[in-house]
Amino acid sequence: MNQSRSASLIDARILVPAIGDAFRKLDPRSLARNPVMFVVAVVSLLTTVVLVRDAVSGAAGLGFSLQLVLWLWFTVLFANFAEAVAEGRGKAQAESLRRTRSETQAKLLSDGGGYTMTPGSSLRVGDLVLVEAGDIIPSDGEVIAGVASVNEAAITGESAPVIRESGGDRSAVTGGTQVLSDWIRVRITAPAGSTFIDRMIALVEGAERQKTPNEIALNILLAGMSLIFLMAVVTIPGFASYAGGHVPVIVLVALFVTLIPTTIGALLSAIGIAGMDRLVRFNVLAMSGRAVEAAGDVDTLLLDKTGTITLGNRQASEFRPVEGVSERELADAAQLASLADETPEGRSIVVLAKEKYGLRGRDMASLHATFAPFTAQTRMSGVDLDGSSIRKGAVDAVLKHVALAAHGGPDAGNPQARADSVRALQAIADDIARAGGTPLAVVRDGRLLGVIYLKDIVKGGIRERFAELRRMGIRTVMITGDNPMTAAAIAAEAGVDDFLAQATPENKLQLIRDEQAKGKLVAMCGDGANDAPALAQADVGVAMNTGTVAAREAGNMVDLDSDPTKLIEIVEIGKQLLMTRGALTTFSIANDVAKYFAIIPAMFLAFYPQLGALNVMGLATPQSAILSAIIFNALIIVALIPLSLKGVKYRAAGAGALLSRNLLVYGLGGVIAPFIGIKLIDMAVTAIGLA
Amino acid sequence: MTINGWIQILVFVGIVVALVKPLGGYLTRVLNGERTILSVALGPLERGLYRIAGVNEREEQHWTTYAATMLFFNLAGFAMLYLIQRLQGELPFNPQGFGPVEATSAFNTAVSFMTNTNWQGYAGETTMSYLTQMAGLTVQNFVSAATGVAIAAALIRGFARASGKTVGNFWVDLTRVTLYVLLPVCIVGSLVLVWQGVPQNLNPYAVVTTVEGARQTIAQGPVASQMMIKHLGTNGGGFFNANAAHPFENPNALTNLIHMTSIFAIGAALTNVFGRMVGNEKKGWAIFIAMGVLFLAGVAVTCWAEAAGNPLLHAVGLEGGNMEGKETRFGVAVSALFAVVTTAASCGAVIAMHASFMPLGGMVAMLNMMLGEIIIGGVGAGFYGVILFVIVAIFVAGLMVGRTPEYLGKKIEAKEVKMAMLAVLCLPLAILGFTSVAVVIPAGLSSLAHAGPHGFSEALYAYTSGAANNGSAFAGLSANTPWYNITIGLAMLMGRFMVIVPALAIAGSLAAKKSVPASSGTLPTTGPLFVGLLVGVILVVGGLTFFPALALGPVVEHLAMLKGQMF
Repeated sequence: MNQSRSASLIDARILVPAIGDAFRKLDPRSLARNPVMFVVAVVSLLTTVVLVRDAVSGAAGLGFSLQLVLWLWFTVLFANFAEAVAEGRGKAQAESLRRTRSETQAKLLSDGGGYTMTPGSSLRVGDLVLVEAGDIIPSDGEVIAGVASVNEAAITGESAPVIRESGGDRSAVTGGTQVLSDWIRVRITAPAGSTFIDRMIALVEGAERQKTPNEIALNILLAGMSLIFLMAVVTIPGFASYAGGHVPVIVLVALFVTLIPTTIGALLSAIGIAGMDRLVRFNVLAMSGRAVEAAGDVDTLLLDKTGTITLGNRQASEFRPVEGVSERELADAAQLASLADETPEGRSIVVLAKEKYGLRGRDMASLHATFAPFTAQTRMSGVDLDGSSIRKGAVDAVLKHVALAAHGGPDAGNPQARADSVRALQAIADDIARAGGTPLAVVRDGRLLGVIYLKDIVKGGIRERFAELRRMGIRTVMITGDNPMTAAAIAAEAGVDDFLAQATPENKLQLIRDEQAKGKLVAMCGDGANDAPALAQADVGVAMNTGTVAAREAGNMVDLDSDPTKLIEIVEIGKQLLMTRGALTTFSIANDVAKYFAIIPAMFLAFYPQLGALNVMGLATPQSAILSAIIFNALIIVALIPLSLKGVKYRAAGAGALLSRNLLVYGLGGVIAPFIGIKLIDMAVTAIGLA
Repeated sequence: MTINGWIQILVFVGIVVALVKPLGGYLTRVLNGERTILSVALGPLERGLYRIAGVNEREEQHWTTYAATMLFFNLAGFAMLYLIQRLQGELPFNPQGFGPVEATSAFNTAVSFMTNTNWQGYAGETTMSYLTQMAGLTVQNFVSAATGVAIAAALIRGFARASGKTVGNFWVDLTRVTLYVLLPVCIVGSLVLVWQGVPQNLNPYAVVTTVEGARQTIAQGPVASQMMIKHLGTNGGGFFNANAAHPFENPNALTNLIHMTSIFAIGAALTNVFGRMVGNEKKGWAIFIAMGVLFLAGVAVTCWAEAAGNPLLHAVGLEGGNMEGKETRFGVAVSALFAVVTTAASCGAVIAMHASFMPLGGMVAMLNMMLGEIIIGGVGAGFYGVILFVIVAIFVAGLMVGRTPEYLGKKIEAKEVKMAMLAVLCLPLAILGFTSVAVVIPAGLSSLAHAGPHGFSEALYAYTSGAANNGSAFAGLSANTPWYNITIGLAMLMGRFMVIVPALAIAGSLAAKKSVPASSGTLPTTGPLFVGLLVGVILVVGGLTFFPALALGPVVEHLAMLKGQMF
């Protein structure tokens, strides 16, 4: 399911079965889903009956009628083909997913503590199973005990194993994935047949595809247009008979079919399927087409700071000692305190000390040092060596530590000096926070040395992305647990429009509600169980695949790569889907002008030769004109299949710029293109001698 | 085209544009129920009327109630007008002693005036008593116009409100528009017309002996009072059969200018009311300019065609523009201008015979109506008509900016599209449907005065005029037959109510929606791009349907004329 597996547009494995599907989709039940093409099929059938009747009665001009009838059927088949091609790409993906759904044996835990081997398909929600190294996880569930590395390549295409553990935000496991090491106990959360992979298969296959609200509205417009043109065409026999002429039924049908919006009608469902498919190839699963549409409408993006706007890890960038302490002394203590600290922050302190002061890494063992790891209680880490203790940690935690130690410390007899150094330290810390950094205080034996400046590294290019979003009219809001001062600095550096500091699940939810009350659509991503309410409230909620079951259930999209930056691409894909629909609708309607100029003079020439003046394209004969128009009408569907699958080119620009460009290309282009196309086909048709 | 002709056109356009803002401001106050300068005098009268009718003016209506009230009121108006016509022989103010109007003609006329069409299958001065003219026809002239403005106001409120349940109170809208706008303007205007020589009396027709010794009956009556509302309310139903070509209806260039200006005044100002109510006058101007582009294009084509004249007459030495069917006191340019104004604005008054226009000139008149009377349009009707096209345009183009479509912060969704398409559909249905039957059955064919494409145009024009609620006649067609009375009557009903009810449904649906704040990602709905888009959609969605019909009527007639053949 990764990008490399995406099928190209001209893949024989998709095109060949699609031809067969195009005929299978002639089933009226399937056609009825698409009002425009259903109407084309009905009139094609009507003309076929007329043709057979004429053949039996031996009427003249059968060759021309036969060609028209054939092209009418081609129109329907091309539409079916477009849909089949779009579905074909999903089917290929579904096929590979299905292979992972092979029957598994689950180790069903009994109350006594042992387990019995049970077929995976017989598991029920709430059952507890044991999954050990090498086992396939039998169904979706939540880890309730243990930790294991899991290969999720079956769904993400990513072969590097991921860690799944009980508690926390990485507790969801997916049926069909494999445990590589260790063991976990899993509570089953999905009944057989409706697991995540089952839903994925249904989604990519398009089996569950329901028309989205916008598609329904567009279908109404297209049906309305068809009715209007039906009135235009069925009244022609009356007009013609007044003028003393007669227009054959087949010519009326040809006019009707060319006028109604067959191009968009034929490609509409392909566009929708392709939009979902683009997301799938992006490793994002949309639970409904509605969510994809909503993505295009998003006004406000809530983005987590860490991982989306900044690199996940902060890095030490400076040592700032308090007065009376040298930078080197502080660096030395900081390095010692971090030697055994394997967090990225800790490592970056060691690296900075080495780069700036040439302090080499020392060996803990040779120093007789013991590591004091970070705990939730102390919120500090450090070392104890030779009776001396060094600690580093959040400023308030370190100050608390100093206050407690004050009774026995070196400054114990000098409260004034201690108060001064506390004030100095706080001043430095505030400076750093204002600049968007995280201050980490360092203390040695109760004496405050100074502050390590941990800097958030804003991702390269993110500022430009936000500028693009702003041009598209989308407001970005950074969500962070940092204090407002730090948040403001990073927000300014990254160029987001707003931020929510010291975010809690509650104020996140409130922010979404406030935006929505202003009529805005909000998108966000999240993974934790406490994100679930916000994910459910957001119009577009992208749950990370690594997240909890609750988050995955609450969101309307799942990002298999768990990359929060993707929210931006998701919005773009949503917009592209809507733009493609609009562009092809405009093109389809604009085409009508040329088609009138081809068919109307041809139709009435027999009794009003003056109307030959309207034959501005100089089409050879009335027959060739009508045939060329219907051929153009059918071929344009095929010609636009690639566009409908790929989507129109998307650029981040304001609505005005997008509209003028698309109106020029698809509106004006839609008026001009058929004049040229019909003329060329007419020349070909005449040259071959078809009419 | 003479310099004088161009100047008259420019003066007219200048006056209309200048009126948009002040009249728009006044109308906004009236429709918002605010105090106006006339409140001192009319306020007590207004409140008295509510009390008599038992209307609580503070209670607003859901769109369904609003629509039901409007339909009930119109039905009552129809019934009353029908009865007055049928009983006029027994009623007073009938100095000529006219008998009851024939049943199908009375049906047609009642529908016609109730729907603001004012199609006249009858000849006024030989059919209608003064009572019918005053208490029947003129009353409907007022209330049908007020109904149109009320519907437009309800639709505007739909856009202006967020998460609301109601769209206004029909009784209040109807009363306030009539009382504060139509009546005052008409009273003043009628006095000016009287000053300019338009009769206003209840005398029997004058019988005089001409200088040649022949006896002539000169029709007269309460003409001036009907003239002002006929134009201001875009009704168009003349007192006389010759309509505004008659010197008693429209004696000179000044009265003609007053007539033309009042035809456009309210329709043009409503775009400004819209802009004011939604909080951005530019939104209104964008629509006004789109209308203006279509109007000026029509004027240009018609003036060019009429000024160029008939090449076949030129060939036999009769130089000059086409003066057939035109009044010498108006001339080619003003006659052409009036024809475009009256058909663009759903008025239907005429100062020249449209049948005698050059084929392309006549085609512009027809096309104006076929587009749905949305170029300024009938009072109110033009506005809600153009909004339907705005909805279609926004829906298609809005997608192209990558958002689900929205206009003025309101999402355009399935319900709005459905209602807009339903309304757009009614014109092809009524115009093409009835015409295609009329041109094949004897009852339809026997009324045509000409053969060939011109005869076809006569029938096509009649149904177009009816369905679009215009009311102007192409002349030539003998329309006062049961077939035409009934079918044109039905076309008028379809063209009116199949648009009004969907428009109110849209109003209700929009009012209930939340309003989405605009951003740079929102489709711009002011500026040339939007204007161009709207004009394009109006022509393609509204106009293309009629291409075959127009090809078989005026287009083929024009092409034949160029080849030396007349019909």
